[in-house]
Amino acid sequence: MRATGPSSPGLWSATGLIIFLGVWEIAVQTGLLPRTMVPPPSAVPSAFLSELKNGIWARSVLASLSHYAIGLAIGSILGVAAGITVAMSPRIDAAQSGIARVLRPIPPLAWIPFTLIWFGASEAAAAFIIAIGVFWVNYFAAIGAVRAIDPGLHELALAFGQRSLGARLTKIILPAASPGILSGLRVGLGQGWMAVVAAELFGIPGVGQRMNEAAGLLATDVLVLYMLTIALLYALSDAIFQGISRRLLAWTP
Amino acid sequence: MDTMTTPVTEDVIVDLRDICFGFGNGDRLVLANVSLSVPRGSFLALVGPSGVGKSSLLRVIAGLVPLSHGQVKLYSGQDAGRRPAALVFQDPRLLPWRRVLRNVEFGLEGLSLTKAERLRRAEAALAIVGLAEYGDKWPYQLSGGQRQRVGIARALAVEPDLLLVDEPFGALDMITRQTLQDELLRIWRTTGASVIFVTHDLDEAVYLADRVILLGGRPARIMREIIVEVPRPRRRDATALVAHVDVLHSALGETFIDGGGI
Repeated sequence: MRATGPSSPGLWSATGLIIFLGVWEIAVQTGLLPRTMVPPPSAVPSAFLSELKNGIWARSVLASLSHYAIGLAIGSILGVAAGITVAMSPRIDAAQSGIARVLRPIPPLAWIPFTLIWFGASEAAAAFIIAIGVFWVNYFAAIGAVRAIDPGLHELALAFGQRSLGARLTKIILPAASPGILSGLRVGLGQGWMAVVAAELFGIPGVGQRMNEAAGLLATDVLVLYMLTIALLYALSDAIFQGISRRLLAWTP
Repeated sequence: MDTMTTPVTEDVIVDLRDICFGFGNGDRLVLANVSLSVPRGSFLALVGPSGVGKSSLLRVIAGLVPLSHGQVKLYSGQDAGRRPAALVFQDPRLLPWRRVLRNVEFGLEGLSLTKAERLRRAEAALAIVGLAEYGDKWPYQLSGGQRQRVGIARALAVEPDLLLVDEPFGALDMITRQTLQDELLRIWRTTGASVIFVTHDLDEAVYLADRVILLGGRPARIMREIIVEVPRPRRRDATALVAHVDVLHSALGETFIDGGGI
């Protein structure tokens, strides 16, 4: 197939989406899909309006966003800091390898029972679950990024009198590792959204909890509304991050 | 650190005494008993087969690697605004996240200079290598030759008494290489710095230097030393230069036999 212009991919993508929604709508309207199991897409806007009017949409989204932001910040900062430390020190690296091997394969969601015991169904619990998943992603991304730094750059710093840890960190290590660290942060950004919803399904107020309530009432239109809300929030946060990332990496060709 | 900086007392810029250097725990000796005295303001070329230890010797002089034995004395004034020696690397080794001017400033950031002074010195150094207009570019926007010039400017900015140059033109095309060779000679003349230049290109060594030292053997030692007394500006095809190259060539052949080859 020949691309006809720069707008083509967007056009095709929109066409695909419209066909998808159309087939879905027809399938429900004709009774091919039972209405109790799957809502027609046309029911979603009215569900949105009613959730907006009673204030639940805004409240749920804000709650989820705050869990997300706190958990993401804690997990990312700790993950990047720990990863850089490990990559810079062979001793700490050796010491961590056993611990990481045991803890890393545990899925963040497996921490939910413990989290509920420690924090109850609270904001802190949701943030904790998110932070765990995000931590590992950033931890390994940062280790990899720092290890991959060209040793010649360390020699350059040495040759021009930048021997202190602070100078090496700010002038060589952080900027040189920034592409790898930023891509780790981006993966964490996505993983954080998965964890936030999962954590809230266990009764912590937010989008996940609202979905759980809707499922209990078989309000499938509300369910779809919140699924789309999550997709939108993820796309938005990813786009914002990509924008920032592009500016930070203007030096890469 | 094994490189000692001593106040200027004589007409020598650097004095190497009985240098031994090896990797690991000294079980693989690279340099054995190298002694060398470099006159202030002179242009010295270090040649030898690749892997012989030329770059190691340069790093020994720069104080970047610990010595197994021996002493390096660098005679340089104590000045908080300058560095006694500066290195130009084989690859340009620019920091890709810094614009060209900020790359030149890198070496100045370790000195006690005001921000304005740093900027002025970096701009001046960039002008010397003919890249005054390129300060705002990213390194990836430059050609290979231009990047190497930025590497030279970064070293010049710290106003070193001794410029240590590690095979900097090897990756460049012939025309760019010859242009940069002549530029280096001009810089050497105008700044008055002493130069130690590592290369495996004998023509280049003889064209540039006052004195050429041939390293050979394993571990490496000084196999041959020639003084190039041809006045500058030199013609690249001058008979005297060609004769020197021939001498070095046959000596280089002997080092292979002597050192067991590569």
